[in-house]
Amino acid sequence: MVQTAMNPGMGPALEPILRVEHLTMRFGGLVAVNDLSFDVARGQITALIGPNGAGKTTVFNCITGFYKPTSGRIALVSGGPQSDPAVAELTDSPGRSQRIGRGGAYLLERMADSEIAAKAKVARTFQNIRLFTGMTVLENLIVAQHNWLNRASGYSLLGLVGAKSFREAEAKAVEIAVAWLDCIGLKGRADDPAGALPYGDQRRLEIVRAMCTGPVLLCLDEPAAGLNPRESAELNELLLSIRDSNGTSLLLIEHDMSVVMEISDHIVVLEYGKKISDGTPDYIKNDPKVIAAYLGVEDEEVDEAEAEIEG
Amino acid sequence: MDYFLQQLINGLTLGSVYGLIAIGYTMVYGIIGMINFAHGDVFMLSVFIALILFLLITSLFGGLAIALALVLVLIIAMVLTALWSWAIERVAYRPLRGSFRLAPLISAIGMSIFLINFVQLVQGPRNKSIPPIIEGGFVIPIGSGDITLSYKQILIILTTAVLLAAFWFIVQKTSLGRAQRACEQDRKMASLLGIDVDRTISLTFVMGAALAAVAGVLFMVQYGVVNFSDGFVPGIKAFTAAVLGGIGSLPGAVIGGLLIGLIEVFWSAYFSIDYKDVAAFSILAITLIFMPSGILGKPDVEKV
Amino acid sequence: MSEGEAKTVASDEKASFNWLGALRDAGFLALFTLGLSFPILAFRTRQDLWHGLVLDPRWDLVATVVAIAFFGRLSWLVVGGRVSRSVQSFATQAGKVLAPLQNYTATFRLVGLIWLIAYPFLAVLIAGPGGALKWIDNFGIQILIYVMLGWGLNIVVGLAGLLDLGYVAFYAVGAYSTALLSTYFGLSFWLCLPLAGIFAAFWGILLGFPVLRLRGDYLAIVTLAFGEIIRLVLINWVELTNGAAGISGIPRPTFFGLPFNASDEGFAAFFGLEFTPLHRLFFLFYLILALAILTNWVTIRLRRLPIGRAWEALREDDIACRSLGIDTVTTKLTAFSIGAMFGGIAGAFFAARLGFISPKSFEFMESAVILSIVVLGGMGSQIGVAIAAVAMIGGTELLRELGWLKSIFGAGFDPTQYRMLLFGMAMVGMMVWRPRGLISKREPSLVLHEKRAIGGDLVKEGQG
Repeated sequence: MVQTAMNPGMGPALEPILRVEHLTMRFGGLVAVNDLSFDVARGQITALIGPNGAGKTTVFNCITGFYKPTSGRIALVSGGPQSDPAVAELTDSPGRSQRIGRGGAYLLERMADSEIAAKAKVARTFQNIRLFTGMTVLENLIVAQHNWLNRASGYSLLGLVGAKSFREAEAKAVEIAVAWLDCIGLKGRADDPAGALPYGDQRRLEIVRAMCTGPVLLCLDEPAAGLNPRESAELNELLLSIRDSNGTSLLLIEHDMSVVMEISDHIVVLEYGKKISDGTPDYIKNDPKVIAAYLGVEDEEVDEAEAEIEG
Repeated sequence: MDYFLQQLINGLTLGSVYGLIAIGYTMVYGIIGMINFAHGDVFMLSVFIALILFLLITSLFGGLAIALALVLVLIIAMVLTALWSWAIERVAYRPLRGSFRLAPLISAIGMSIFLINFVQLVQGPRNKSIPPIIEGGFVIPIGSGDITLSYKQILIILTTAVLLAAFWFIVQKTSLGRAQRACEQDRKMASLLGIDVDRTISLTFVMGAALAAVAGVLFMVQYGVVNFSDGFVPGIKAFTAAVLGGIGSLPGAVIGGLLIGLIEVFWSAYFSIDYKDVAAFSILAITLIFMPSGILGKPDVEKV
Repeated sequence: MSEGEAKTVASDEKASFNWLGALRDAGFLALFTLGLSFPILAFRTRQDLWHGLVLDPRWDLVATVVAIAFFGRLSWLVVGGRVSRSVQSFATQAGKVLAPLQNYTATFRLVGLIWLIAYPFLAVLIAGPGGALKWIDNFGIQILIYVMLGWGLNIVVGLAGLLDLGYVAFYAVGAYSTALLSTYFGLSFWLCLPLAGIFAAFWGILLGFPVLRLRGDYLAIVTLAFGEIIRLVLINWVELTNGAAGISGIPRPTFFGLPFNASDEGFAAFFGLEFTPLHRLFFLFYLILALAILTNWVTIRLRRLPIGRAWEALREDDIACRSLGIDTVTTKLTAFSIGAMFGGIAGAFFAARLGFISPKSFEFMESAVILSIVVLGGMGSQIGVAIAAVAMIGGTELLRELGWLKSIFGAGFDPTQYRMLLFGMAMVGMMVWRPRGLISKREPSLVLHEKRAIGGDLVKEGQG
C-alpha cells in the first residue's frame, strides 16, 4: 500500500476510493492546477478548501470530466480494495476502465463527462444550481434515473406498447425519488416546478438528484453557498446521512468553514493550484501554512513564516 | 498561369464584396449574439436603391462625371440603407432583445421574407439591368497570354481596403468602438457604467448596413444587374465568410470574404459552375463542425 | 388597473393631451417614411426595349404611404392608449372565461377529432361537391400536412430544444425516395411510406452526427446549409433526380389495390358509386389525418417515456444532463432522427398526393415556415403547433379567397401577391407580441399527486 508522504494528520491510511496523482491543468499560459496529488477516502467526507482562485473548481471539472487534464492520473476504484497493480496495468493499456470484483477501476482523466457519471458512478453538483427549472421536482429526480429506466423501457419500445415491466420499473423509480424527497422534506412539493423552490431547497434538491443516480462518489461544488445558518445545518445533516446510510464517499469544495470543520473527515488545502496542506480538520486548523494562505502574514513576520514553510 | 492569375483577381474582387457584407453580420453577432438573417436582403435592397439613384442622378445631371455620380450614389445609398436597417432593428429586433434566442431568429427570418416580397412587389419580379458603368482596364501580358485588371475591379478592391481600415480605426480608437466592445463583453455592466446600450446597438446595425450599401454600389458597378432574390445566397455566403474568419472579428470577416470569393471563383473555373453554391455551403458546414471559432476567432470555453 | 384608476388616467390624458407633440411625432414618422420610400417606392424600374432601364415615378403611392404613416401615428397617439387598454382588459376577461376550459382539454381533443373526421362531409354539404374540392384539398389536406410537419419538427425544436433550420431536407428525402422507388422499382405507395420514413431517419442520423455538438445558432446555420446542399444536389444531379424538371408520374395511392379513377376496376365501380374526384380527396384527407394522428400519438407517448423526458431535460440544461450520466449525443440523435422520420413520411404523402415533385417545393422557405409554426405554437406543445399551423397556413390560403377585394383596389390587384409579404410581417408581429408562442405553460409528464402546469418563464428554450 503506497503511503502518501503529505498527509501526516490522516492516521493509518484509509482505503482511498479516488486517487488524484500529479494532476496538472494548463489553460494556454495559465497553470490553474499544478502537480496536485491527494486521496479521497472511501466512505468519508473529504473537503477541498482554499482561497479564491486556488483552482478548486478546476480540479472538480477534471475529476468529473468537464475538462481534460493536461497531465496526471485520476484513478477511481469501486466495489473492492484499491488495487494498485490493476490500476497500473490499466494505465499502461489504452483502456479507460476495467472490471475488478464487483466494481471496477476507472481512469477518469480518459473518460468523458457523461461516461464518468454513468459508468464510474461519480455524481456532482454545481456552483450555480443547475436544476431543470421548467420541470417538476419529481421529474428532476426521475430524469436522474434515466439510464436504467431507459433500458427498462426497452429503449422506448417496451414503453410504447405499455409493457407491464416498464410500468413497474417506472413505479420503482418514483418510489426511489419519493424516498429521497422525504429525506429532505420536499415530498409535498413534488409536483411544483423546481424553479419555484426557495434557494436552500433547490440546493438540497440538486444534491438529492445527484444521489438518485446511485453514485459511489458525490462531488459537491460549494453546496453551502448562499445558505443561512439554519439551512447550513440542514445541509450538514443531509451530507452526514448520505455518508452514513448510503456509504457514499463525498468530496466537497466549500468556503463555509462551519460546514467544513463540522462534517469533514479529511481536508485538502489548495493555494494557487498547489496543495499546501492535507489532514484532519484539527490538523488543518492549526497549520501555519493554511493560516498564512487565508489570513496573510504581517510584513515583519514574513521572513519567519517563509523560514518555517521552507523548513 | 495567366488563367490562374485572372481567376485570382476575379476571386479577390468577388470576395471583397462578400467581405463588406460579412462585416455587418459579424458586428451584429458580436454585439447581441444574433444572426441578422435579413442582412443579405438589406444588401439586395441597397443594390436596388443604388441602381435607381444612379439612373436618377445621371438623368437629372446629364453632364456629371461618372466618378462624381458614383460618389453621390454611394453617400445617399449608405444613408438610405442605414435608415432601413435602423427601422428594421427598431421594429423587429429591439422589442425582443434580452429574451429568448428563438424569437429574434424567427423575427429576422420574417423580416427577410418581408423584404424579399416587398421589393418583388414594388419593383417587379424581373431582372433589372443597366449597361456597364465603368469600362476598360489594364491588360497585362503574363507568360503566353494576358490578364485583364479592369478599373472596376481595382475600384472594388481599393474601396474595400480603405473602408476596412476606416472601420477598424472606428472600432479600435473611437468611443463608439469602445462602447461596442464593452457591450460585446458584458451588456449589463456596460449599461450600468453609463453606456447607452440601445444607441450603441442601433449604431452597429447602421454601420453594418452602410457597409452593405457600399457592397451594393460595388455590386452594381461590377455586374449591373439585380433581382429581388439576390439577397439570400450572397447573404449566406457572407455569413459563411464571417464564421470562417471568426465571428466577431472585423478583419476576420474580410479575410473570410476573400477566401469564400476565391473558393467560389476557383471552383467554378476548375471544376463545375453548377455546384459552386454547394461548395460555399459545404465550407460553411465544415468550418462550423471542425473550426467553429474560425480563423481569427477565440475558442469558446464552456463555463461549468 | 381598476376601473376607477383607468378612468382617471383617461381623463388626465384628455385634459393634457399634447397636440403639438403628437403632430410633431407623427410628422417625424411621416418624414421617416418618406425617407424609406425614396427611392424604392418613389420610382419603379422598368426594362424598356429601347431605353434600357427606365424609372417611372410613383409619387402618388409615396404620398399615400406617407399619409397613412402620418394619420396612423396621429390616431394611435390620440386613441392608442385607450384602445390598448380596452384590448388588454378584453384579453384578461377572455382569459378568465377561457381558463376553466383548460380542465376540459380531453373533451376538446375529442370534439376536435370528431370535427376533423366529419370535415370532408361538412365541406361537401356546405360548398357542394365542386366547391368542396378546394376546401378539402387546399385547406384540409394542406393544413394537415403542415400540422404533421410541425409535430415532427416539434420533437427536435420544441422538446429537445435543437434549432433545426433545414427540416425541409427530410421532407425532400421522403418525397424523392418515394418518387424514385415507385417510378424505378414500381414499389407500391404503401411500401414506400415506411421506407421513406426509414430513409429520412437514416439521413437524420447521418446529418445529425457531426453537428449535434454545436451550440444553438451554429447548429441552426449548419442545418440550413445541409438543407440547401440537398436541394442544390437535387437540382443538379439530373441523372438521378431529373433536376429542376422534377419527377412526375408518381403512382397515386390506391385503396388496397383499387385505383381512384373512372375505370371499371376503380374504387367507384367497385363500391357501385358514381365516380367523382372527391373519392380520392376524401381518401387522401383521411390518410394524412391518420398519419398526423400517428405522429401526435407517438410524440405524446415518447414524452412520457424516459427518452422524452431526457429530451426536455436536454432543452433545460445540457450540462446538468451530462453530469447525470445521460449520453447527450445519443439523446440528440434520437430526437433528430425521429423528427426526421416523420418529415420523411409526410414527404412520401406529399409525393403521392400530387403525383409530381420538383426541387421547387423544398426550398429554405418551407423550413422557415415549419419552424415558425413550431415556435409560434410554443413550449413544445402539440395543441399549440396545431393551432399555429391552422392559423398560418389556413390564413395564407384564405388570402386567395379575398378576390372580392379587387372591387376596392382595382382589377390589377391580386391578393395572392401579398400572401408572402403579409406572412413575413405576421412572423415579425407574432414574435413581438408573443415571443414564447401561443401556449405559455408546460404540462409535466409525470405527476405524484396533482398535475399543475408550469409557467413559461421557468421553461428554458434550449441552447441546441
